[in-house]
Amino acid sequence: MVTNVTNLGRSGLYDWIVQRFSAIILAAYSLCILANFVMNPDMDYQTWSSIFESNAMRFFSLITLFALCAHAWIGLWTVSTDYMTSLQLGESATFLRIMFQAGCVLLIAVYLLWGIQIFWGN
Amino acid sequence: MLVSIYRYNPDTDEKPFMQDVQVQLPEDKDLMVLDVLALAKQQDPSVAYRRSCREGVCGSDGMNINGNNGLACITPMSSVVKPSGKLVLRPLPGLPVIRDLVVDMSIFYKQYEKIKPYLINDTAPPAIERLQSPEDREKLDGLYECILCACCSTNCPSFWWNPDKFIGPAGLLQAYRFLADTRDTGNVERLAGLDDPFSVFRCRGVMNCVAVCPKGLNPTRAIGHIRSMLIQQGT
Repeated sequence: MVTNVTNLGRSGLYDWIVQRFSAIILAAYSLCILANFVMNPDMDYQTWSSIFESNAMRFFSLITLFALCAHAWIGLWTVSTDYMTSLQLGESATFLRIMFQAGCVLLIAVYLLWGIQIFWGN
Repeated sequence: MLVSIYRYNPDTDEKPFMQDVQVQLPEDKDLMVLDVLALAKQQDPSVAYRRSCREGVCGSDGMNINGNNGLACITPMSSVVKPSGKLVLRPLPGLPVIRDLVVDMSIFYKQYEKIKPYLINDTAPPAIERLQSPEDREKLDGLYECILCACCSTNCPSFWWNPDKFIGPAGLLQAYRFLADTRDTGNVERLAGLDDPFSVFRCRGVMNCVAVCPKGLNPTRAIGHIRSMLIQQGT
């Protein structure tokens, strides 16, 4: 049976707001990266890495990384509870859905830690 | 004209099949789909379907007509099929078939029941009736007209996927009908019952409900209003 036990906030409203706010952050970050490419037509590795040396950019990247993780989890949780139900998959639906969700959590956690390492590591 | 009808009798048929019936239509009239179905039934009386008022008020004959949900009694043939075409009738999608075009609407009514489709008012009843200004009454226009034919909910992918948890457009339109009613004092309790991740928030704004509503209503807009009320109450 599909339940909201694995849901992020256990409230539809909370998820809905987090998804919208994180989308705004992701859009702003995309524009910021695009602007950097426009302002640096001869982008090379030196310029690219110097952009991410400032603390402001590092914080913005970190916030975006958190927003991306929350956004991805809400989206994938929704997709799994829409398509991977007992109506479509029969009795094995709950097992398959939990496996899928566990995979998503693992992947998101890896991306989060890896991202932090990339932006804040030496 | 060729009429293709979905047939399934769980007692005798292993699986559903489409039955073709040739029906002679009068040339000078634009019949309603329900009339054509009645002509088909004259040829094969075993075809089962629901009908009652035959004027779009009772909501009994909701079915899938050439791919779109609608009420057979108020759908003119000219609007769904070319003179040389074929009329294809199937039951409302997503609900269990009891027989032929008759579906089991229990889960649809269960969702309707969840939204408490009655006035909640904890103040003492006045001597005669609870009055409402014409302006407040106007807020219910476009909401109270729903006849619960289920054309919208059974055309909604979210309702197909989670019919036991997503209230569906018909139920949510009625939920807003009571939320918008100035005589109702149960808003806090009503909104609390809709805040989970499924009841309201499974609406993706596909707007199939708006496209097929035989009464021209707009459940998507009502769902948007409910969402705004939830945000106002929750933040």
